Order: sequence, then C-alpha cells, then structure tokens
Amino acid sequence: MRRWLLRRTAQAAVTLAIAITLLFVLMRAAPGDPLSRLQGDRLLSREEIASLRERYGLDQPLLTQFGAFVGGLARGDLGVSIEYGRPVTSLLAERLPATLQLGGAVILLNFTLGLWLGVRQAVRRGSREDRWLTVASLGGYATPSFWLGLVLAWLVGVKWGLLPPAGHSDPLLDSGAGFLERTVDLLRHLALPVLTLSAVTIATTMRHQRNAMLDVLRDPFMLTARAKGLSERAVTWRHAWRNALFPVVTLFGLWLPILVTGSVFVEAVFAWPGLGSLAAAAVGHRDYPLLMGAALLTAVLVVAASLLTDLVYALLDPRVRLS
Amino acid sequence: MSRVLEVENLRISFPDGQGGRLYPVDGVSFSLERGETLALVGESGCGKSLTSLALLQLIPPPGRIESGSTVRLGDIDVLGLRGERLRQIRGRRIGMIFQDPMTSLNPVFKVGDQIAEGIRAHFDVSRAEARSRSFNLLQEVGIPDARSRLDAYPHQLSGGMRQRVMIAIALAAEPEILVADEPTTALDVTVQAQILEVLDRLRATRGMAVLLITHDLGIVAGRADRVAVMYAGQIVEEAPTARLFARPSHPYTQGLFASVPRLTGPVQRLTPIGGSVPPPSAWPAGCRFRPRCPKAFEKSELAPPLLPVEPDHRMRCWLAETGGARG
Amino acid sequence: MIPALDPLTRAWRSPQGRTGALVLAAILLGAAVGPTLLPDPVAQPDVIGEANLPPSVAHPFGTDHLSRDVLSRVVTGARISLAVALLAVALSMTLGAAVGLVAGYQGGTADAALMRLVDGALAVPRLFLLLLVLAAWETVPAAALILLIGSTGWFATSRIVRGEVLRLREESYIRAAEALGAPGGRIIFRHLLPNTLGPLLVAATLGVGDVILLEAGLSFLGLGIRPPAPSWGGMILDAKAVLVTAPWSGIFPGLAIVITVLSANLFGDALRDAVDPRGA
Repeated sequence: MRRWLLRRTAQAAVTLAIAITLLFVLMRAAPGDPLSRLQGDRLLSREEIASLRERYGLDQPLLTQFGAFVGGLARGDLGVSIEYGRPVTSLLAERLPATLQLGGAVILLNFTLGLWLGVRQAVRRGSREDRWLTVASLGGYATPSFWLGLVLAWLVGVKWGLLPPAGHSDPLLDSGAGFLERTVDLLRHLALPVLTLSAVTIATTMRHQRNAMLDVLRDPFMLTARAKGLSERAVTWRHAWRNALFPVVTLFGLWLPILVTGSVFVEAVFAWPGLGSLAAAAVGHRDYPLLMGAALLTAVLVVAASLLTDLVYALLDPRVRLS
Repeated sequence: MSRVLEVENLRISFPDGQGGRLYPVDGVSFSLERGETLALVGESGCGKSLTSLALLQLIPPPGRIESGSTVRLGDIDVLGLRGERLRQIRGRRIGMIFQDPMTSLNPVFKVGDQIAEGIRAHFDVSRAEARSRSFNLLQEVGIPDARSRLDAYPHQLSGGMRQRVMIAIALAAEPEILVADEPTTALDVTVQAQILEVLDRLRATRGMAVLLITHDLGIVAGRADRVAVMYAGQIVEEAPTARLFARPSHPYTQGLFASVPRLTGPVQRLTPIGGSVPPPSAWPAGCRFRPRCPKAFEKSELAPPLLPVEPDHRMRCWLAETGGARG
Repeated sequence: MIPALDPLTRAWRSPQGRTGALVLAAILLGAAVGPTLLPDPVAQPDVIGEANLPPSVAHPFGTDHLSRDVLSRVVTGARISLAVALLAVALSMTLGAAVGLVAGYQGGTADAALMRLVDGALAVPRLFLLLLVLAAWETVPAAALILLIGSTGWFATSRIVRGEVLRLREESYIRAAEALGAPGGRIIFRHLLPNTLGPLLVAATLGVGDVILLEAGLSFLGLGIRPPAPSWGGMILDAKAVLVTAPWSGIFPGLAIVITVLSANLFGDALRDAVDPRGA
C-alpha cells in the first residue's frame, strides 16, 4: 500500500511536470512572442515594448526563459498580469472562492442527481425512461454553455425577471443584511450559472454511472444478494451501487477539465467573479501571464484530483486497501 | 413423505435477436420430497442452471418464465408472487449456492455482514443477534477461527472457504430447500470433497431437501436419492439413483455413462457422445437427441413424451415402449 | 471485409443512431447546397432600416444587428463549422492512431514516454491549450485553426488505440503472425489497424461534436473564424449585445449547434454500443 502510494504520487508529479513543460512550449510556439502583438498598438512605443520585453525576460534564450519560468513556479511566482499590473497568484487567489462556490455546487449536483439518474438508467436499461434520459443528457452535452447561459439570462433573468441575470450578489443589498439574507441572495445568483453548467456537464457523469452500474449488475454476487431475499432497493443501492461508485469516482480527474472549460464560458456570460471569467478576460486582453496562470492552476487541480480520487478509491475498496 | 417443491411444465424463453424467442428450458417438471436429494444432471447449456434460477424468479432479463409454468412451495404459487411476497420466499424457503465462490460474494462487504444481512432480511433480530448467528453458521459450515473470519473480506479467503461462506449465506434464513448449482465445479478436487461433505452433513442435521445441479455424475452416486437427466431444455430420464446407475436407459444417459471413466469394474474404452450439444436455435424437431443418437429410428422424428420404463423410472424415448434401449 | 462496416450497420438499426445519421446527413446536404440558394451572408443591405428584423417570409430567421440574413449566415456557418470539424477530426484520428499503434506495438520506453506525454496533455483542458496559442495570433486563418484544433485532439484517441493494440497482441492470430516472422509494418497495417477502426470511428464521430462546440467557443471568445465570415460561435457573440431586442439572431445559431452536435453524438453513441455492446 505504501509503495503504491509513493509510486502513484511520483507518477502524478511527472504528469504535472510534463503538463507544465507542454504549456510553456505551446505559449512560445506561437510566432513572435507574446508582446509582439502590442507592436502596432499606438499606446506603447517601441522603447516601452523593449523594456517590457526585458522585464518579462523575453530577450533571453528560450532555455533560460524556461529555467526562470520553472524557478518562478517553485517560488509560487507566476509573474505579473499585463492587464492588471498585479501578481498573477494574488489575482488567482482573489477569484478562487467564487469559482469554488460555483464549481462546488455543480459537482454536488453532478454527484447526486447525475449519479442517481445514471443508476436509474442502468436498472431500467432499454426502457423508455432510459432512452429519453440518454437523449436529454446528450442534448445537454451538445449545448454550448455560453449560449444556454445567454438564453437563460435573457429568458429567466430579463424577460421573466425571476432570478438575477448576472453577478455574484445584489449591489443594493444592505451592508447590514443578515446571514440568511446574504445566503438567499447568493443562492439566487448561483441558480442560473449552476443550472447552465450542470446541464452541459451532467451527461458525462450519468453515462459513467450507467455503464459502471451495468457492469456490476452482471456480476454473480447480484444473484446472491437477490437470492437471499434482499429488497430491490438494498440490492440496487447497497450491493450494486457500492461497487459501481468506484469506477465513477476515479473518473473525477478526467471529468474536471470539462467542468473547467464550461466554467470559463458560464462565468463570463453571468459575470461571475471567478477564475473562469478571469481567464476569459485574459483572452480578450491577450494577458499571457494570467492565462498561463489559469492553465497551470487547472493542471495542478486536475492532477491533484486524479491522485486524490485514486487514494479515495484505495481507501474505499478493501481489495486495494488491504493488499 | 410430503412434497416440498413441485415444478410443472417450466418454460423459460429468451429473445433470439430476430424478433422470435428461444426456449432453453422447455417443459421441465419435477418434484422434491422433504429431506430428499434430487440431482439434476446435464451438460452445460442443457438448461439446468436456468431451471434452478426460475425457482425464485431470478431469471435475468430479457429472459422470462412463460405463462403456464408452475413452481409450488407447499401451497404457495411462487411464480405468481411479486415484490415483498416474493422477497419473503427468497432465502427463507429456498436457499441457493452458486457455482463460482470467487464472484458470488460481494467484494466490498465483510463476510459476516453478508451472512447477517440474509438473517435480518427475514428475522426481526438485533445486529448483535444476527452477528452471533452468523458466527454459529460459520462454525457449522466448518470454517476454522470463525470469530475473526466474520470480519474478513471475501478476497482474503480461499476458494473453499468462500464456498463455505456461500453455504452459510444460503442457510442464514433456515430454508427447508437448498439449491446447489454446480457447488464444486470451480474448486480444486480436494476442496470439492470437503464442500460435498459439508453439504451432506448439513442435509442430515437440518433435514433439508436438496436440489443438486451438476454435470458430474461422479458426485451424484451415494449422495442423491433420485436423478433427473436433462438434455436440450428437457428432462430425458428420471429414476432413483441406484436404478439409474445400474440400468441407464435413455441413449443420452447411456452416452454420459460411457464417457465417464470408472474406477471399478473392467477397464473399458471411453466412448464420448458424437457431436456436441446444439444451441436452442438448432434443436431438431422430434426427439432432440436424434441427430446424435446411435439408436435413432423412424419414430424418433416424433417428439417423445416421458414414458415409463419401470414404475418410478421414466424416459423421453420411444424405445421405452419396446424396452429396446436397455441393451 | 472491413471490420468498421459492421458497427455502422448495427448503429443504423438503432432508432437513436438512425435519427442522428439522418439529421446529420440533412445538415451536410443543407450546408453543401444551401448557400447557393440564399442571400449573401455577409451583405449588409440596409444597416439602419433592416437591422434586427424579426423572422418573416423574406428572412425566416430574421436579420442581425448589421441587417444580414440570419438564416443565410446559419447555413453558411454550418459549412465552415462542419469543414473545420471534419478536417480537424481527420487530423486528430490520424495522429491518435499513429501514436497509439506505435506506443502499443513498440512498448517499452517509447510507449512509456508517449503515454506520460498524453497524461500531461490531458491534465490541461483542450480549450486552454488552444487559447494559449491562439491568443498570440492577431487573426486566425481557417487552415491554422484546423491544424491547431486537430493537433490538440488526439490524446485520448491514442490511448484508446494503444489499449486496443495491447489487447489484440494477446490474440493468437497476431502472435502466430509474429512467430512466423511477419514484418512489423505488415502486422500493423494488416492486422492491428483494421481492428482498431471500430473504436476510431466512435472517437471520430463523437470528436466531430466536440470540435464543433470547441470552435464555437473559440469564436465566442473572439479567437475563431475571422469575421465577417459567419461562424456559429461568432454569431452568438454578436447577438450577445442585442439579445433582448433581437433574440433570434442568437437563438438560431445556438440551435444549429445543438442539433448538429446532438445528431453526431446520437450516432456516435449508437456506434459505441455497436462496437462495445456492454453499455447497450
């Protein structure tokens, strides 16, 4: 178990190192360097660009730049945002809580409603309900998150006025408002972004759960469970689902990039002050250090999530835990 | 003797993938008396396992039991039960043991819990009481150090130990009938003997009726009171064990005996039955054994019913009318 | 006998697969002939008088903020969207198959290195990989877009192909061919590649949907097809500002994306069930 743990952690470190290298190479693979685009910008003179280039180390050889880049990473220094003129790390840290609120709510919904629907589909496989749930979830998957977000903001937020169409909190909310009032306000603002992001991501969770469940339902121990006189509920949820949960949990790391991609668009559409809208803004401003920082943070999260889910899996499954 | 189980005209069908249905079990009838052991013998694919699953409505979809089939436990019509009423029968009136102990236990639960679960499904007892009964059951099936085994996971036990746990699970709700579907096929030869010994002992001490499903004639002798031989979804011969072993009458049964090595008596050539068991889609009209039968004759083109050979000995072969199959 | 044909016919037999295939075929047909029958998608007949017109007989999908015909732009956008998707996916599948075959067949260091690379690449969302490169380009030629999208879409595919190759190598007929001294290239092209076509076809069909969404997303962020050429994502971006007064200019391109991607995925889903019946 301990050796497995060490090996798995080392593997995660290698994956992360490769992801970081890849990101660096990609950024520099573009013709010219990140500042060349500012060349034609009337706001900056040639001299100013040269000094900027020096400041960002872009006049150094590529390998030196990579060394400086990795060195900075090791110190937790992701450089300075071009647009905001502030350290990238502090910008990311500032935006992280809002993203965790949104992402957390979506994960919660995916791993309750999504799993429940997936199990139902498997238990009733081939039924009309199973087929329509598949079509509905694929429909969600086929919907561009930014479009769904815009349509919902327009319909529910503007036209019907049921929920706030954008933002994180009501600016008119009294600063003396109580905890309950603030929570309700936050939930009202969360509703549309969470709905949008869940609709476009839940298909993946449902499919994974359905397939994992179908595999388990074929296992002979299901027959044993039924033959000893357990209720269908106990057979499904206690015996089958406990086993079908593992494969889905381990896919969390692979699912996370889908969530991150979606949140870039959804946060931008709903002006949600999280990392996603920050990344979207960085694209508009061609703010490389910031974009790079967001990509790096995502890579770290994905690798960490994979590692973590493997650990959870090992803890949950006695076959792994006790070997 | 009183009859504890009666199966009549059991038919099980599966879709053939082309809009029609196939009948891998096609009109099986048998009964079981209190304390009796009946062996259901046949090659794989003959429908014997499906027959046993049907007793508790455990046929996996898209398979189904056809209407007109009957399974009676005393005065209960099992196939008419649904939901809670059906659940109360499973495990309580009939306990089941399956072929592969490696995959028949849930890998994520402790074996003690898997036994206790079967107890609490039928008796209103506390967790502690269920645990202590589980402990007794583990001892009864001959698991050494039963106390600590309660907290073991299936993968920590050997195949033989797991099959003993399976037996304990089947006995958890004290059923009057035990169905053992190839209980030793997946085990090593030495372990096989131990498991059979456990089954024999339990049957004697608990007075259970046993339906032993096997392809192995070797474990039937001296263990079963009666034998029913299945071929292609039907019972083709049924007789008390001693009589069947002394005078197998159906050409298929004779073929089975001729292909099993004997430890006693003169050394004989083993003669396997020609050809192989056809799938349900290729069963011929008339006698289903006809294409492989060395004794087939004109009348074999008509499907034979079970015909009496002797008062409690019947076979599904026209030769019973002339006694000609005996030679 | 081409092994990939069998899943195709089986997918066609499922109602979902057939619906997806038929709708997709209709969209392809519309994209091919539609633009010749419709008004110029970039013409701006009357920016003041005919902007943001609601749907009518003359303009079934209405007009956008620059008085352009939305139907015409949606149909022409289909042509661009599908062309980008099909070409990019073709590139991804070629790269994925090549890497997967080499990794699976060679094994050893090459395999380990390639698969670590794939692990690393899969840790970053494809969108970010593209954003980092594209943000440096002032304008994006369609060819470059295809190249970039295609070359970031092979990671998962190569893993599938590798897995398939590893499985196949255990099969006795491949072992026999190896034992008889068949050259590596012959084994790869005669035995391994044809047997991975089924999974590749599934990945390709589902990949088309992913790329359409990805390209729309890039256009929505202002990094995709260069305006004024119509792209679905770009149209939604344009419509963002006028969504309250002229929702049709944003709703129709979005519906076009949903219907196209859903049909591709329904067909891909049916194909997957045909290739691997466990989930069916």
